[in-house]
Amino acid sequence: MRQDYAGVAVAVPVTVPYVRYSIRAAHWWLARSLSDLLKISSLKKADIDGLSVSSFTLAPDTAIGLTQHLGLSPRWLDHVPYGGASGIVALRRAARAVQAGDAQVVACLAGDTNHVDSFRLTLANFSQFARDAVYPYGAGGPNASFAFLTAYYMRSYGATREDFGKLCVAQRANALKFPHALFKKPLSLDEYLSARPIADPLHLFDCVMPCAGAEAFLVLSSERAESLKIPFARLLGTIERHNAFPSDPVQMRAGWALDKDELYRQAGAAPSDMSFVQTYDDYPVISLMQLEDLGFCGKGDGPGFVRRHSFTHDGTFPMNTSGGQLSVGQAGAAGGYLGLVEAIRQLTGQAPGRQVHEATLGLVSGFGMINYDRGIASGAAILGC
Amino acid sequence: MLERPKRKNPVLRTRLPTLPPAARSRIALGLTAAAALGRFELQQCRDCGDVQYPPREACQRCLSINIHWKLQSGDGELLADTMLHHSNDLFFRERLPWRLGLVKLERGPTVVAHLHGSIKQVPGKVTVRAMLDRAGQAVLVALPEKETPNMADDRQLREFTCDPKFRKVLITDGKTSLGQSLVEAFVKAGADLIWVGHAEPWKNFPGFQEIKSLQQVSLVPLDLTDSRNVREVAAEIGGKVDIVVNNAEHHRAFGIGNRAGVETARAEMDVNYFGLLRLAQELGPAMRSRGADGQSSAVAWVNLLSIYALANFPPHGTFSASKAAAHSLAQCLRAEMRPAGVRVVNVFPGPLDDEWNQLLPPPKLAPAALARAVIKALQDGIEDVYPGNVAQEWLARWRDNPKALEKELSS
Repeated sequence: MRQDYAGVAVAVPVTVPYVRYSIRAAHWWLARSLSDLLKISSLKKADIDGLSVSSFTLAPDTAIGLTQHLGLSPRWLDHVPYGGASGIVALRRAARAVQAGDAQVVACLAGDTNHVDSFRLTLANFSQFARDAVYPYGAGGPNASFAFLTAYYMRSYGATREDFGKLCVAQRANALKFPHALFKKPLSLDEYLSARPIADPLHLFDCVMPCAGAEAFLVLSSERAESLKIPFARLLGTIERHNAFPSDPVQMRAGWALDKDELYRQAGAAPSDMSFVQTYDDYPVISLMQLEDLGFCGKGDGPGFVRRHSFTHDGTFPMNTSGGQLSVGQAGAAGGYLGLVEAIRQLTGQAPGRQVHEATLGLVSGFGMINYDRGIASGAAILGC
Repeated sequence: MLERPKRKNPVLRTRLPTLPPAARSRIALGLTAAAALGRFELQQCRDCGDVQYPPREACQRCLSINIHWKLQSGDGELLADTMLHHSNDLFFRERLPWRLGLVKLERGPTVVAHLHGSIKQVPGKVTVRAMLDRAGQAVLVALPEKETPNMADDRQLREFTCDPKFRKVLITDGKTSLGQSLVEAFVKAGADLIWVGHAEPWKNFPGFQEIKSLQQVSLVPLDLTDSRNVREVAAEIGGKVDIVVNNAEHHRAFGIGNRAGVETARAEMDVNYFGLLRLAQELGPAMRSRGADGQSSAVAWVNLLSIYALANFPPHGTFSASKAAAHSLAQCLRAEMRPAGVRVVNVFPGPLDDEWNQLLPPPKLAPAALARAVIKALQDGIEDVYPGNVAQEWLARWRDNPKALEKELSS
């Protein structure tokens, strides 16, 4: 039986407002997120004795370079380059550091810049397998890989573009109530369906928009959080898995399917107890995969689940309540923090205008790293208030 | 089906060549090395037998480093397809839409592949091959399980092949039986126009009338030992040639001891080595500028070398040396043509069945068979060609142990 996360607080949800393109470096975005963490918590820089950093565009630096760049002297340091799973992985490790006393206050930062040519360069050099076996094939980036998954999923489980569209439209409605979302206009199902094709069957609104931005939160003991008088969420359970089901010919499931029972056991909760869910939504098909693998419905029942529910913050199944990456934007590794930061807001009553009614338990899921033909990192966390 | 391209408007700008992404890890170049010969090889573990892709430094199943490249059938099932309407890369952006497939190979791994346009059934059976792309790197291409009509005409497939159909070809020497076989083979393969060089225009060589009567053929006086002549020919036709086949050759028997002086060796070098150099200097720049010139762009430069370029054959010692020099220069040419996406195809035949190999025992390669091998290499997108049994055997010996081959040849 794994040790629980008693006494761990997750607090101070920070979003540095995104922009489509930035002439600043990743360091600028990470610096601003740290500065916001300190401002809101009234902590001093010297109080931060643990630092966790996730970024694609920080190169040639890693977390260690950032300590000198920002004048920090942490006694605990982590670099978590796992894309969409970065938030969950950073949280798990920071929580254990706090429990063990290796650090008292861990600042978890994720941020990326986006110059006009950043995205292409990130794709071309994403991984050895991507460089050898994916990028030379049309250089479509993750769009091409997820087009395969989406096409296969639609054929296997009868999902339609309308099913994916329903999620995108609901998330846009949520985003309109999140001031930092880059997309400010409502999206109708007709607009979704008539958007230009990107990589069949994916169309424009199935794809996230790369942008610059940063997200951050603090991990510390609940006593410390209480003494600082900052509202916090409690960590109840987590899972993490990499390269699950490697022999599946095409990805229709990920690590959650292996580990979900342990997640709910550790948290002492069931899927039906969740007040809301924040999925990793780089493409809508991945949200359906998470709902299935995390037990909200059976494998292949994703389309039916979508048709039975509504997904706005006031709907029957509140999901991606800040709009998700599809409507907020994907600020590189910060996309792996977006759902977690929003979950902290929901559980601490800091989501005005889109607050989920009586939000007491929330599930956050992370997914990422299209190393070759599929996302190989997955993780999830259950937080409560 | 491919249509004959319209005449080019000379006023319009010629599109500059771009290349697909060329970066690969060193281990992945194993795929390219096999594809250069027209083979589809994947890594297989010698210990547990696992076939894996993408290429790795160790067996993903048992962690053995005892892995080798093994020929694959390429049989597989198309799991999903997509049509890209957006690309982050210039080369593909200029060629959208572009079709891709996800294929589960019967031997295990799932691969991303360029997908042939005639494949409609998903899921369905396909055959995967490794081919060189315009950057000279191997990519996987999913083709119909069985040959379909006009399969080679596929717009995407033509980006990987150098198919002579509707292309303009220069054959540098029409005087020899090989030159004439090449002319016939290119006519059969659908070449639009064939310039045939002849070094001594005042002579009527055997077969001259037959070649002259072909409507695709246009004879040009061309002597690769004459710099001025080469320059003039290049100035006249250089901007139109899509495929060069340099078959001009000076071949005499004997090595060092059975000859006096250097005149014969110098003549061999003058045609076999300096001839290639002259031609490359004059024609190369024009071809490089036309690497992306529409449907029938400049695509290939074929060098007729010799298997003796790999290891010296002492009974034809100075000829071997001139071909080794030409081979080395052809590698330089390959590097310089690469930015334009023009493929340099090196052909390494064993002894031809001609007068200069009279004293060599059979098997000897028929000129017509060599010509067919050149066409097939262009159609299949192969870069190194070892046609015939002698060449294949020498290649196998050389790859197995080059020193042993040297000893075998000297005895």
